Amino acid sequence: MGCASSSKKTKASENALVAALVIQNWYRGYSARLRTRQRYALTIFQSIEYADEQSQLQLSNFFTFMLENYKHVHEKDQRLVNRLFSYSLPDKDRLDCVGLIDVPDSYSGPRLQFPLTFTDIYLLIEAFKERKILHAYYVLEVLFESKKALKQLRNFNVIETCPSKDVTICGDLHGKLDDLFLIFYKNGLPSGNDPYIFNGDFVDRGSNSIEILMILLVSFLVYPEDVLLNRGNHEDFLMNVRYGFTKEILRKYKIHGKKILQVLEEVYMWLPIGTIIDSKVLVIHGGISESTDLNLLQRIERNKMRSVLMPPIPVHEDYGTELKKNKAGMLRGVKASESLSQQLAKHEREQVIDILWSDPRGKKGCYPNTSRGGGCYFGPDITSKFLNKYRLKMLIRSHECKPEGYEVCHDGKVITVFSASNYYEEGSNRGAYIRVGYGMSLRFFQYQVTEATCSRPLYQRVNTIESSAIRILKERMISRKTDLINAFQLQDRNKSGKLSMSQWAFSMENVLGLNLPWRSLSSHLVTTDDDGNIDYMSCFSDIHIQKPVKEVQSALIETLYRYRSDLQIIFNVIDSDHSGLISMEEFHSMWNLFNSHYHVHFDDYQVDELAERMDLNKDGSIDFNEFLKAFYVVHKFDKLSKSDTTLT
Amino acid sequence: MGFGEEDYRGKVPFFSHHIKAIAVAEFHKKIKEAFEVFDHESNNTVDVREIGTIIRSLGCCPNEGELHDFIAEIEEEEPTGYIRFEKFLPVMTNVLTERRYRPIPEDILLRAFEVLDTAKRGFLSKEELIKYMTEEGEPFSQEEMEEMLSAAIDPESNTIHYKDYITMMVIDEN
Repeated sequence: MGCASSSKKTKASENALVAALVIQNWYRGYSARLRTRQRYALTIFQSIEYADEQSQLQLSNFFTFMLENYKHVHEKDQRLVNRLFSYSLPDKDRLDCVGLIDVPDSYSGPRLQFPLTFTDIYLLIEAFKERKILHAYYVLEVLFESKKALKQLRNFNVIETCPSKDVTICGDLHGKLDDLFLIFYKNGLPSGNDPYIFNGDFVDRGSNSIEILMILLVSFLVYPEDVLLNRGNHEDFLMNVRYGFTKEILRKYKIHGKKILQVLEEVYMWLPIGTIIDSKVLVIHGGISESTDLNLLQRIERNKMRSVLMPPIPVHEDYGTELKKNKAGMLRGVKASESLSQQLAKHEREQVIDILWSDPRGKKGCYPNTSRGGGCYFGPDITSKFLNKYRLKMLIRSHECKPEGYEVCHDGKVITVFSASNYYEEGSNRGAYIRVGYGMSLRFFQYQVTEATCSRPLYQRVNTIESSAIRILKERMISRKTDLINAFQLQDRNKSGKLSMSQWAFSMENVLGLNLPWRSLSSHLVTTDDDGNIDYMSCFSDIHIQKPVKEVQSALIETLYRYRSDLQIIFNVIDSDHSGLISMEEFHSMWNLFNSHYHVHFDDYQVDELAERMDLNKDGSIDFNEFLKAFYVVHKFDKLSKSDTTLT
Repeated sequence: MGFGEEDYRGKVPFFSHHIKAIAVAEFHKKIKEAFEVFDHESNNTVDVREIGTIIRSLGCCPNEGELHDFIAEIEEEEPTGYIRFEKFLPVMTNVLTERRYRPIPEDILLRAFEVLDTAKRGFLSKEELIKYMTEEGEPFSQEEMEEMLSAAIDPESNTIHYKDYITMMVIDEN
């Protein structure tokens, strides 16, 4: 008996072993592919994000172009250019601004008491947790107070640790209030014993930028030596136009929004550009370049760095005489020439841009940051040289979203910390903060804000991230539809409508300028036949641009779609009173300049026609923001899924 | 079909040299793409812990033993914790051209669950699944186990109806 049953038993357990191996092997493969999909989606988000920044920075070239064509332009529409380049901000009188604002008795939000104390931080946080809005009066008061206090600071903050005092460093928050609450919950509120460094990019993208900014500024005002704020590349009023903070302010503060924006701009200009801990650790938002000169950076007048998009002064003589002529001739010209001296010189400006925009890479050397279009990539050799030169041990920076919230590179000498979890999409990444202790001990803390979706199984979360990544990628494709079709057809010599994988991937990469794993992504973008050939038109089948006017050429629509954010910023700059309206002439001359700079060519009559159609009520002015809304991309399946959700 | 997975079955039988050269060139590009996504510092290296993910993302399913051998073959003499692309490329290309580490077909997977389901009930309890997956074969880590359970277990009955589970997972990847 024993013999037979034991062999049976062995047989059964052998079978179980083999079965378990099969399941484990299959599951590991499945799980790896899932992680890869998640990684690919992040790669899409990131490369498109950087490509957007690049086009944003190219606007600076456009403004330079305008400045260089000043002579030519100002005769036609001098007022316009002056608006763009009148650097001197109207020095807002605090009383003018705040004195006249009443806080009504019916206001149920938090009421701050100046001088601010710890109680106000607490009050503010509690109110924001209940989704209350701080009254414009207090917002302005906090901004004015902050400006005054920030003005007293040097370009680099300095802080020391001691055995009983760690310094906490937070990276990008990007308007994600729940992340800030979670950090405070885990790590405690800022105080004399719990100092914090907030390393830039407090605002934009998320919907609670003003709340984050208020909490940080109030904390700074209460503990000026223990709450240190570094400027990030998004602490820039022109970046805010594209990335959402301007809209958030105008939505939340309908009456006083414009004033807030003006004072805010000055607060940005006075933010320090970095912090040095124990003379050993440099904390800056982006990174360094081979020419980064800390001594020079200590000396510059940082408040002259108004926006990365505002061009440096072109130094050629014609220009000077041109301005002198203006000075003699016109009052407005005088204003422009004076204001130009209130800007940083080109080399100083580049120093600041490198600090705010650069990213570390594994490759040696220092080369232009091609994906972002601003700042540079710096290699481990640049880091070592820089740290040795200034007798530093380490660089802590933010600026890049990392799946785990932080990442160590350059032999442990460069650390990235990013504090906005779920940055691209629910479940896309964790957030992190760092505690730097006495003797440069580092501790990393990771977290993820949990919404209902986070408890879903991984594969469901990956599906969500993946489909929204594919969606923005398709939008990018449609903005370059004509160029893509041309590139496809060029390769498709016998007009079969099909391309090999290799030809297709080549065209995609070339036209879109995105370095993505096209072969792996192809199944989400196009249909492939049994022989592995790609039907290249299939990628456009389920999306199109909603056309505002049928008769307008599709090429013009595509161009408008592609440059819509650029145009929006240009028009926002012209529309300096944020009325949302611009005149027909303004539209016309801007469009012409835009055309010649970007080398897009449309006949005048087409543009005229378009402008006239935009002026719906025929009052001679255009609501440009409304106009641009007409160019949103429509996804064929959007309506389907929406009606689905209303039904259920 | 999910990201990164492609089935080469039926595409490889009798190559002329020319077609083979094209196929190899295409494999090279595909391998480079898959590698680059994990090359965080853009210096043609990846963390050795990600090698398994990269191989699997290319549609191959080595078991842990095979993976171990693969890594041993491409590691530096003094392991650095990183794998260089030059070392990875030729070995991975061979795997793809020789069609090694074939993925587990759906019917075999189903059979495997049926073997574990000795009472033939059509499901396994959570405890049974945990026992087999963490005590037999090449045991799951706690993290792997939790992740599998989160999608596999029906929270009401605390069981895995493996047939439904397999269908769901296969649909997700297609």
